[in-house]
Amino acid sequence: MASIAARLDEEWRTPHSLYGELSTVDHKKIGKRYLVTAFVFLIIGGLEAALMRAQLIGPNERWLSPDQYNQLFTMHGTTMIFWYASPVLSGFSNYLWPLMLGSRDMAFPRVNALSYWTFLFSGLFLYTSLFLGQMPDRGWFAYAPLTELQYSPALNMDFYALGLLFLTISTTIGAINFVATAFSVRAPGMSINRLPIFIWSTLTTSFSMIFALPALSVACVYLWFDRRLGMHFFDPAQGGSAMLWQHLFWVFGHPWVYIIVLPAMGIASMVIPTFCRRPIAGYTYVALATVSTGVLGFGVWVHHMFATGLPPLSMTFFSGASMTIVIPSAVSLFAWLATLWGSKPVIRTPMLFMLGFICLFVIGGLSGVATAVVPYDWQLTDTYFIVAHIHYVLIGINLFPVIGGLYYWFPKMTGRMLDERLGRWNFWVMFIGMNVGFFPMHIAGLLGMPRRIYTYDGSMGWNTVNLVTSLGAYLFAIGVLMFVWNVIKSRVRGAIAAGNPWDASTLEWSTSSPPPEYNFEVIPTVRSRDPLWEDRLEPPEQSSLREGPTLTDGRLTVQSAPLDADRVRLLHMSEDTLLPLIVALVMLALFYALLFRIWGLALAAAVMLGVATAWWLWPQHPEHGEG
Amino acid sequence: MATALRDDGMRDDGRASGDPRQLDTPTTSERPPGWWGMVGLIMTEASLFTFLLFSYYYLGSLSPQWPPVARPELTLSGPNTMILLASSGTMWWGEAGIRRGSRGRLISGLVLTFILGAVFLSIQMIEYHKTKFLPQSHAYGSVFYTITGFHGAHVAIGLLMVLFVLARALCGHFTPARHLAIKNAAMYWHFVDIVWLFVFITIYITPRFWWHQ
Repeated sequence: MASIAARLDEEWRTPHSLYGELSTVDHKKIGKRYLVTAFVFLIIGGLEAALMRAQLIGPNERWLSPDQYNQLFTMHGTTMIFWYASPVLSGFSNYLWPLMLGSRDMAFPRVNALSYWTFLFSGLFLYTSLFLGQMPDRGWFAYAPLTELQYSPALNMDFYALGLLFLTISTTIGAINFVATAFSVRAPGMSINRLPIFIWSTLTTSFSMIFALPALSVACVYLWFDRRLGMHFFDPAQGGSAMLWQHLFWVFGHPWVYIIVLPAMGIASMVIPTFCRRPIAGYTYVALATVSTGVLGFGVWVHHMFATGLPPLSMTFFSGASMTIVIPSAVSLFAWLATLWGSKPVIRTPMLFMLGFICLFVIGGLSGVATAVVPYDWQLTDTYFIVAHIHYVLIGINLFPVIGGLYYWFPKMTGRMLDERLGRWNFWVMFIGMNVGFFPMHIAGLLGMPRRIYTYDGSMGWNTVNLVTSLGAYLFAIGVLMFVWNVIKSRVRGAIAAGNPWDASTLEWSTSSPPPEYNFEVIPTVRSRDPLWEDRLEPPEQSSLREGPTLTDGRLTVQSAPLDADRVRLLHMSEDTLLPLIVALVMLALFYALLFRIWGLALAAAVMLGVATAWWLWPQHPEHGEG
Repeated sequence: MATALRDDGMRDDGRASGDPRQLDTPTTSERPPGWWGMVGLIMTEASLFTFLLFSYYYLGSLSPQWPPVARPELTLSGPNTMILLASSGTMWWGEAGIRRGSRGRLISGLVLTFILGAVFLSIQMIEYHKTKFLPQSHAYGSVFYTITGFHGAHVAIGLLMVLFVLARALCGHFTPARHLAIKNAAMYWHFVDIVWLFVFITIYITPRFWWHQ
């Protein structure tokens, strides 16, 4: 049977050369690139935060000018929220989806590569503003009219508007790829009631992206039209409205919160059952809660705008809707607790991060419910209380599960375990640093400290909380660096990982660590939610992991029907190609052309995009007959 | 290792597995991944137009007079709407042709659709030319040109799609069972037409009934 592996290897192998690296469409490579790139952005955003905390460590510090400080907090928020928090989860999803679904790649491997390149290039585009000294400087939610040309004549906010538009392309095509993958390339028998919770969560966020991102795109297009084409969307003097920006931004912005936390919650729903040695409690309820959180996320945006003078009826409605979100969140929370309840959890580093995440989720969730109450929000909006809340949510519900998830899947990705001892230090330093750093921000907010001030007077009574916050933030940063060090060290010298080192239950653990480029020698046939635990759970039918189609003649995988995953069909997957890289480079040229308003270049790039798209879509093998 | 199945669903030892049927590529009606891709694109585009139209209504609700200029006329836009709707009909007719195996009917349908779409765009250009305000005149001008411009751009992209599948049809790529590109181009074209109905009703019809003059 070795010949099957050899034949598959020949079909799927990407050569180890520069051409191979640039042209690969392997979802595992793309996923790892997403993770590494997102972590680079995390570190850049962290450095920006470190500079700000250095200024705020004591009163009356002025070594950062107000202008520099504006750029730093804007870039910190923009980088973390857009170029770290969502792409890092795309990294997990890109890497894990085909492995969890029993497929050999995503539905559109080339789109996957394009999605990565455009993510990378949009980040490079944004950060060229650093070298021009014109970084975005009006806050990550960029309220009009401060962003309009008359108040911000340099390129700062053009970088913001165009950079986000560019990133939106990456995120949207990525989301469409996940939807297509979820509904077409699952292993036979992987019906929707057998999907791992992580798939449910990323699928939900993919739909949220598809529907929410256009609001951000429209807002950024309007902003750029106002600034560079002389239009008046946000200009009240000519019939526009600054509030239009806020509505569009938050219609997008609140679903975005769930986009960057739901997949992380999905990671927790994968890790916790493994270490509790039992399937997740209330699978169906967790799946439904995930979907309903995504849906409800579209009905709460006005709670970001309680202080803008909206009618009381509107505020009452959105306050109520915001509090409703507690229900599905609590369903997930109690499902994790019920899974833990009465089990004998094995406490390894990934599990520690999940337990830490549950604590932070409760704190961040409760401060969120508090700010959904209108009078409370009026008191605290634009203070450090909100800064504390957003960091508990984003660090607690995104970064902790992400790092825990990396401890969990690093062995699968690299074939080596991360260092357990260093991992425990890593967790406790991060957890203590996080709470020491960010909990006092609640108090600073209650004491009336506004967010985004570049310095403060010593008589305000904010000295101690700020000192503690800065020290805690640095401790937290050391914790993150310990993780980076663990990755670098273990990548080379970590203990060798078996195929299923945690004795987990889902399909990605049925293949070797790291998996071969074709993922599975045999396309598995799935008959239960936990195919690798069937020996002890004894479901009525057993999955078949070693017998099934091998599909060795070309890059092939199977399509199955959207809901039941029965009716099996054959799919031809893309070969490696430079096309995604070329298209992304042309887009980069297009966005620079728009930034510097070189209309001829923009037109040329648009024409090239059209030609490249036609080349892309023209079938290489019409005889395959896939349409 | 246990016995593996060959590509044709047979075991290597020659015995039939549970599903001896030859594995084949999906037909168009079995929704290959490309179908989901187009559905995803249409969902996000529908959302895009929802936010564009929301902006129109939102700015209108804040204005003492909306539109601040004379309301747009139906003399050109009315017949133009009919032309675009007719192009959906020709697209449907062509697609139904390939489902019955008639390549000639498919090609005629695509050519007719292209002509009608191009006429629609030309008339819209004439309409722009006759419009007495600019995108820079006021917020109404900005939103008017942005919405209709976005829609026009979508018609243009739809025309490129029609040209693309026309070229493929001439190369003989499509069969009654497998013609996904045709189905996708048709779905996109119908979507662009339906969006126009919303744009048309918003910009040309509602000022006649609802807005304060």
